[in-house]
Amino acid sequence: MTDVIVPTSAEEAAAAFGDGGGITVLAGGTLVVPAIKLGRLRPERTLFLGRAGLDGIERANGTVKIGATTPIAALVEGAPEPLATFARHVGDHEIRGQATIGGNLCAPSGGTTPVGDLQAPLLALDARIRSVGAGGERTDSIDDFLAAGPVGRLVLGIEVDAPKRAATAAVRRPHAHAYSVLAVAAAETADGVRIAVLGAGPRAVRVASAEQALADVDPQDDALASAWYRRQVLPGLVERALEGLR
Amino acid sequence: MRLTVNGLERELASAPLEPLLHALREELGITSPKAGCQEGGCGACTVLVDGEPRRSCLVPLAAVEGASVTTVEGLGEPGNLSTVQAAFHEQYGIQCGFCTPGFVLATTALLERSPSPSRDEILAGLGGHVCRCTGYVKIVAAVEAAAGSPA
Repeated sequence: MTDVIVPTSAEEAAAAFGDGGGITVLAGGTLVVPAIKLGRLRPERTLFLGRAGLDGIERANGTVKIGATTPIAALVEGAPEPLATFARHVGDHEIRGQATIGGNLCAPSGGTTPVGDLQAPLLALDARIRSVGAGGERTDSIDDFLAAGPVGRLVLGIEVDAPKRAATAAVRRPHAHAYSVLAVAAAETADGVRIAVLGAGPRAVRVASAEQALADVDPQDDALASAWYRRQVLPGLVERALEGLR
Repeated sequence: MRLTVNGLERELASAPLEPLLHALREELGITSPKAGCQEGGCGACTVLVDGEPRRSCLVPLAAVEGASVTTVEGLGEPGNLSTVQAAFHEQYGIQCGFCTPGFVLATTALLERSPSPSRDEILAGLGGHVCRCTGYVKIVAAVEAAAGSPA
């Protein structure tokens, strides 16, 4: 039977996690508990974070600090866009109350149902991920964190800056849970517009080509058409040209 | 580990990662929470943990040490049903009954946080619950009746 460690502070959690070897991290339980019950996961040692005080949202000077075990329900009201909208569409009322942002960030890809929806808005927001593991505490960009994967890291918290502008668009399949077939998160950060796509691969990805396309064009008003008109029409013309290539 | 179930303090011997669902059903003999999909997708195992609806199949016992758990057995009893239980009964919101405890508890929590929910709020609040008899029209009618009747 697995040994269960229940730390009561972030420091105790970090000490118990060590370099992560042989440790299964459990927070809300929505992914880990059924995996254990159904025999897909057989942990040697389990670190239960529910009492480690890692939940909560703090706002200061436009920066939002979100504890790793903050329930997804708390993001619906407490997080900036496009994270709030993505949070609103995770699972259902009960799942959002139990599942955590840290678990969603670290969710493995490739199961029978899509998980990890919040990775897309975190990519768009250029989130910073604070974690501990071998070598101690460090903060990674979301791009670096997702590229390296969560193995060996215990996420303590996530920081985002409220964006200048944000948007979301999604195609969802109606079900008891409205699964996202495809979803796009966009946010204008201090460094420009970042766009991430969910559902176009095993995990959320940034679409740097689309970000670059926004930077490439700078239409002007003139006697023939307004800049607004050119921005509206341009994507359709590019699409037609690409489809017409022969 | 200890927790309170329907107002009674109980001592449980099940392992800390055992889902609350199985501890309730197999150790305490409380069988109203149903083992449906056992992956959080059907709602049949829903119980209230400190008043909040939770999927008991996804909740490890370690997470509810010292908590207060409510199942439908703790809401009312024959002859003295809760408002929500009575509304499901009177509006024919029950067919086979497998999903009913989950719907009743989720509705109880919904009306606690939003006493007069709109139809959209009802659908969103109960969206994680599946009725295998597809009796959703009567279920929504029961929720609306419970919202409209004096507590």
